[in-house]
Amino acid sequence: MQSVRTEKAQAWVKVGAIDEIPRLGARVVKTAEYDIAVFRTADDRFFAMRDECPHKQGPLSQGIVHGDKVSCPLHDWKIHLQTGIAVAPDEGCTATFPVKLEGDQVYLSLTPNEGCPNQ
Amino acid sequence: MKEKLVLVGNGMAGIRTLEELLKLVPEAYEITVFGEEPYPNYNRIMLSPVLAGEKTIDDIILNDEQWYKDNGITLHTGKKVATIDRLNRKVICADGTIAEYDRLILATGSQPFVLPLPGNDLDGVISFRDISDVDKMLEAAQQYQHAVVIGGGLLGLEAANGLMKQGMQVTVIHLMDRLMEKQLDVQAASMLKASLEERGMQFLMGAETEAIIGQERVEKIRLKDGTELYTDLVVMAVGIRPNIELAKKARIHCVRGIVVNDTLQTYDPRIYAVGECVEHRGQTYGLVAPLFEMAKVCANHLAQHGIGLYQGSVTSTKLKVTGIDLFSVGDFIGDDKTEELVYKDEASGVYRKLVVENNRLRGAVMYGDTVDGAWYFDLLRDQTDIADFRKSILFGQAHLGDSGHGEENRVAQLADSAEICGCNGVCKGEIVEAITKKKLFTLEEVRAHTKASSSCGSCTGLVESLLAVTVGGDYSVAPHLKPMCGCTDFTHDEVRATIREQQLKSIPQVMQFLEWKTPNGCGKCRPGLNYYLLCAWPDEYHDDYQSRFINERAHANIQKDGTYSVVPRMWGGETTPAELKAIAEIAEKYKVPTVHVTGGQRIDMLGIKKADLPAIWGDLSKAGFVSGHAYGKAIRTVKTCVGKEWCRFGTQNSTQMGIELEKMTWGSWTPHKFKLAVSGCPRNCAEATIKDFGVVAVDSGWELHVGGNGGVKVRATDFLCHVKTPEEVKEYCAAFLQLYREEAHYLERTAPWIERVGLSYVKSRIVEDEQNRRQLAERFLFSQKYSQKDPWAERAQGEDAHEFEPIVQIV
Ligand code: SRM
Ligand SMILES: Cc1cc2nc3c(=O)[nH]c(=O)nc-3n(C[C@H](O)[C@H](O)[C@H](O)COP(=O)(O)OP(=O)(O)OC[C@H]3O[C@@H](n4cnc5c(N)ncnc54)[C@H](O)[C@@H]3O)c2cc1C
Ligand code: SF4
Ligand code: FES
Repeated sequence: MQSVRTEKAQAWVKVGAIDEIPRLGARVVKTAEYDIAVFRTADDRFFAMRDECPHKQGPLSQGIVHGDKVSCPLHDWKIHLQTGIAVAPDEGCTATFPVKLEGDQVYLSLTPNEGCPNQ
Repeated sequence: MKEKLVLVGNGMAGIRTLEELLKLVPEAYEITVFGEEPYPNYNRIMLSPVLAGEKTIDDIILNDEQWYKDNGITLHTGKKVATIDRLNRKVICADGTIAEYDRLILATGSQPFVLPLPGNDLDGVISFRDISDVDKMLEAAQQYQHAVVIGGGLLGLEAANGLMKQGMQVTVIHLMDRLMEKQLDVQAASMLKASLEERGMQFLMGAETEAIIGQERVEKIRLKDGTELYTDLVVMAVGIRPNIELAKKARIHCVRGIVVNDTLQTYDPRIYAVGECVEHRGQTYGLVAPLFEMAKVCANHLAQHGIGLYQGSVTSTKLKVTGIDLFSVGDFIGDDKTEELVYKDEASGVYRKLVVENNRLRGAVMYGDTVDGAWYFDLLRDQTDIADFRKSILFGQAHLGDSGHGEENRVAQLADSAEICGCNGVCKGEIVEAITKKKLFTLEEVRAHTKASSSCGSCTGLVESLLAVTVGGDYSVAPHLKPMCGCTDFTHDEVRATIREQQLKSIPQVMQFLEWKTPNGCGKCRPGLNYYLLCAWPDEYHDDYQSRFINERAHANIQKDGTYSVVPRMWGGETTPAELKAIAEIAEKYKVPTVHVTGGQRIDMLGIKKADLPAIWGDLSKAGFVSGHAYGKAIRTVKTCVGKEWCRFGTQNSTQMGIELEKMTWGSWTPHKFKLAVSGCPRNCAEATIKDFGVVAVDSGWELHVGGNGGVKVRATDFLCHVKTPEEVKEYCAAFLQLYREEAHYLERTAPWIERVGLSYVKSRIVEDEQNRRQLAERFLFSQKYSQKDPWAERAQGEDAHEFEPIVQIV
C-alpha cells in the first residue's frame, strides 16, 4: 500500500495500476474522513464511491459486482456504480467520485460528484 | 426505428405480458393497447370482494393511466378491435381507429356462456365478468330483494355470496346434485353447502332452468319440473368460453381457444396469444396463475431471449368467500388404481382427502382447514414419494418436525401490529399497506418493497397467506420450477446438467452457452454457478473469488460494522491447554474486543479489522490451527460429547469419531452449510438429531441420522441406517455428503433437500446400493484432495493480498 499526501481539493490522486483492482471487484482508498471504494467492471470501466451503503453503511467495496451494480454485503441492496443510487424499490444514494484513466493508471478525484446529499 | 407491438385486450394476461416485457427490454417496442372496457387494467379476480363490499373499484385498479404514460404506451380504452388485417399487418377498430403492428398479442380473455333460454335478453339478466356486471348487481341490490344465480360453481357462489352481503335473498340453481362438482368431492361439497345455508343462501339442486319470464325486466324463472320462482335479478354463471371471435375472423387457427405453441405464438408467428383465450396442448385455463406463467414466456420471446418454454400448468382452486376455506387440486376422485387417505372431523368442520397412487399424490381436496394446501400442491407437482411420512401426511407439514412457526397461519385474524418478519421487524399492517398501495402481487415484490421474508425466510408462508388474503385467490403462487434467478430461465437442475453434459468449465462459458440475460449475472447466480462448477470439476475448475460472497472471499464473517470474526477449527470440539493459551495470546496481541464460545463448540474472535486478518491467521497457523469455515457454505463444525472415554453412559468413543469425521470432511464446499455431530449414547448430548449428518453411538455400533436442522425451522433428522464400524460411518458420511453436493440446489440445506427428494431415494442411493455408495464416497475423497488446503495459511503467506489491503492511504 502506498501513502499519498494531498490537499482535499487537489484535482487528481493516483490510485494505482489497472491490474491492482480485480475485474468485478473493488479496492479501498482510505482518506482522513472516510473510505472510498474504487470498482472495476467486467468490461474495464472504473467507478468510485464512498464505501458506505445508504442503508446501514455496509462496506460496498466488499460486495459482489455485476453489470454496473454492486450488491451490498450486509443486506443485499443493489447500488448503481455510476450514480450511487440504490436500485428501486430501495431508496437512497451514496456519493460518487470522478475517476479517470491515464495509460494503465487509475486516478481519482476527491471532490464528490454533485447530486447525492449524503456526502 | 422501433418495432411496433399491438396488444388487443387490456386485461390481466395482456398487461402482465407487457410488464414482463418492459422489465426485460424497456425500449424495444412502440406499444399500443386496445381495450374494449372503459377502464385501465384491473384485477378481475377481485370483483367478488368488490361485490361483497370488501373492496372498491379503486382498490383493484392494477395499472392506472399514469402507468401507461410513464411507459410510453398508447392506450385506447372503450375501443373494440373488429378486424385484423394480417396481410398489411394492422388492426382496425369498430370506430375506424387503425394501428399497424410488427408483432401482435391477442389477450381477449373469455366470454361468459349465456344459456340459450327464452328471456335471456331481458333486463336484469346478466353474467359476472366485468365491472359493468358488478355495477348492475350493486344497482339491483339497492332496488330489489330477490336474486337467482344459475350455476353453483366458483363464480356462481362468489356472486351469490356478494349479493347476499348486499342484502338480497339469493337462491342458487344448480344442475348437478353437488356444488362445485369440478373442484369438490361429495363430502366437501356437502360441508360447503351446509355452511352457505347457515349464512342464508338457498339452493335448488339437480334443477334445470327452462325459461326466464318477464315483460321488460325479469319477473320470474321457470324450471323444467314446472317450479316457478319470483326474482328481480338473474346472474348466469354457467361457464366461460375463450373469446376467439376476432382471431377466427382473421383465420388464425382455433379449436376451443386460439391454438398456440410453447412460445405462445399462434399459427401466424407474428401473432402471439396469452390468457384465457388460448388453447395450449389441448388445454384452456380459467385462472390467473397459468396466465402469468404464459405472460413470462411470451415476454421472453418478444424480447428475443428465446429460451423460455411454456409447458402447461397444474392449477389449484380456492373459493373467495370470507370465512370459508376450501382447496382442491388434481384428481381428487380417483379410480381403481388409487387409494384414499381421509381425515374427517365434522364437528370442527374439517375434512381432508388425499388421492394417492403408488405413494404419490394425484389429487387433494380440503375443507375447513387449508393451511397445508400449498404443501400438498408441492408434493403433487414434485411427485414426491410420500412413503416415508404417509402415516402423518394428513396432519400436515407441521407434523414433519416443524416446531418453528407452524401455528401462526391464521394471518387474517392477526392484528395489524402483529410482527410477521422477525428479522426485519415488519408487521402485518405495513405489508398489507404495501400490497394494496403499491399493487404488489408476488412474493418477490413484497420482499423487495417491505423486506419481509427477505432474510431468513421463515415467515415466507405467512407473507404468502397475507398476499392471498389481501389480493385474493392463488395470486401469489409462484411458478413452480423456478429459474436460478432473474438472469436466466433455466432451473438449477437444468444448469447443473448442462454443465456436466456440455463440459462447461467456467462461469462465462456457462453464461454464454445458456444465453444468460445479463452480461455477468448477479449476486445470486454467480455464487451458485461457482459452486456447481467447483463440484463438477474439482481438479480442473479455477475458483472465481469475485463470484463468492464476501465471507467466503475473505475467509471470515463480515460483521455489522464492517469488521470480521475469526473462528479457528477445533477438531471435534476438543481442545488443549496449549491451544487455549495460543488463542488467548493472539486475542491479546490483536486486542480482539470479544471472544465468544460459539453454538458450534468453537471459539470466535470478533471485531477484527480486515487488514489484520492475514497476520492473525499467520499466528493461528503457527499454533497449528486451520480455518473453521464458520463463514462458508461449507463443512462447519462436528460437535461431539465426551463419550465412552469419560462418561458413565458412553457406548463408543464419540469424540474420536467426531475428530475423524472432521478431518475427513473439512474444507469441502457444499450447497449450503453442512453440520455434523456425534453423540456417545442415545441421550444425545451433542444434539446429533438436528444436524445435517448426525451419529449416535449405541452399544452395537452407530446409528446414522440425516437431514436435521436447528435454526429457522427445526427439523429432527431421519434415521438412515445402523452400521457397525467407524470405517462404515465414514464411508456413509462421505457418500451422503457427495450425494447432497451433487444433487441439491445451491442454498438448499439437507433438510429441505430431503423433503424434496424423499428419504427413500437417499436410502436407495446410499444404503441399498453398495456400489453406488462406494463410488460416491470415492468421488468425495477425490474432491477433498483439492479442497483441503488451509485458506488461512495460504493467505497468511500472501495469497490474494489485494483483498485485505487498501490500495492507497491518503493522509
Ligand atoms: C458464531 C455463531 C453464534 C455463536 O456465537 O454461537 C453463529 C453465527 C452466525 N450464524 Fe449461526 N452461528 C452459530 C451457530 C449456529 C447454530 C448452532 C450449531 O451449529 O450447532 C445454528 C443452529 C443449527 C443449524 O444450523 O441447523 C445456527 C443457525 C444459523 C442459521 C439458520 C440455519 C438454518 O438452516 O435454519 C443462520 C442463517 C443462514 O445460514 O442462512 C445462521 C447464520 C449465522 C451468521 C453467519 C449470520 C451472518 O450471516 O452473519 C452468523 C455469523 C456471525 C459471525 O460472524 O460469526 N446461523 N447457527 C455460531 C457459530 C458456530 C461455529 O462454531 O461455527
Ligand atoms: C368474478 C371473477 C372472479 C375470479 N376469481 C378468480 C380467482 O380467485 N383466482 C383466479 O386465478 N382467477 C379468478 N378469475 C379468473 C381470472 O380473472 C381470469 O382468469 C383472468 O382475468 C383472465 O385474464 P385475461 O387477460 O385472459 O382475460 P381478461 O382479464 O378478461 O381480459 C381480456 C380483456 O380483453 C378485452 N377484449 C376482448 N376482446 C377485445 C377486442 N376485440 N378488442 C379490445 N378488447 C377486447 C376484454 O374487454 C377484457 O378486458 C375470476 C374471474 C372472475 C370474472
Ligand atoms: S448470531 Fe445467529 S442468532 Fe445471533 S443474531 Fe446472528 S444470525 Fe441471529
Ligand atoms: S447496509 Fe447495505 S444493504 Fe444494509
